Amino acid sequence: MEPSLASYLALSGILFTIGCVGVIFKRNAIGMFMCIELMLNAVNLTFVAFSRYYGDVTGQLFVFMVMSVAAAEAAVGLGIIIAFFRNSQSVDVDDASILKN
Amino acid sequence: MVSTALFFLFAGFAIACAISMVYHKNPLYSAISLVGVFIALSCIYVTLAAPFIAAVQILIYAGAIMVLVVFVIMLLNLDDDTGRNRLGYLYALGGGLGVILLAQTMFIFYAVMRAPNVAADQSMSAGKTLTIGRAMYSEYLLPVEIVGVLLLMAIIGAVILARRLAQPQLELVVEHELEERGLEDE
Repeated sequence: MEPSLASYLALSGILFTIGCVGVIFKRNAIGMFMCIELMLNAVNLTFVAFSRYYGDVTGQLFVFMVMSVAAAEAAVGLGIIIAFFRNSQSVDVDDASILKN
Repeated sequence: MVSTALFFLFAGFAIACAISMVYHKNPLYSAISLVGVFIALSCIYVTLAAPFIAAVQILIYAGAIMVLVVFVIMLLNLDDDTGRNRLGYLYALGGGLGVILLAQTMFIFYAVMRAPNVAADQSMSAGKTLTIGRAMYSEYLLPVEIVGVLLLMAIIGAVILARRLAQPQLELVVEHELEERGLEDE
């Protein structure tokens, strides 16, 4: 007897919430990036669960697209973090307030 | 019975690793915990009859993205997160919003009780690599090509972000030229 669709969706929701709270609380830029990856993975789980329960391949194809977008975002985002680190020697996002005032 | 036990095992491991990732101040511990989440999710994808997605998850997420993150942490030589210097009530507000979001995700159980009971399609052919490959190159060809262009944009962006500007050397050359011409004028 397999777990119902609701179990997978609940797990996805819990992981998404944990990632969301992590993005809010973390001050390290790389920590925030990892929490965003966690949120993307929670959404991937939702897509795969629905693809299983409706027998449609579209969900898994979209997971493939989400993974490609996540890989591109990882490359560019980490490049931005490194460029930011070169100027200010810190990845603390509270220090990224040059535009303030 | 076994599948339910497996699901709760992998789900518990995923949630534990996710909480560990958010809790740790050391970015390397967070990265390792996130790799644990990816492995648990890959196991769940296998139980959901999606072997291609499970393999690609390990290859891309745990194998490429997290390696890149660990390299960046290592190169930047990051220390632990320092103590918090934000206002206290903001933490309570963030925590409260997180609890509200969690309560909203629990709404799924109520919605599922109301929805008609759709039986799971037992054919298990939607996860096979052949099926995904066929769909990728017949019905969903345009998104695949767009993803190719997106990755090209990411490569160009990463190269531009990582290069060092050659301005100081340019100034040295101009100064050198002016010096020579100044000497010539005299």
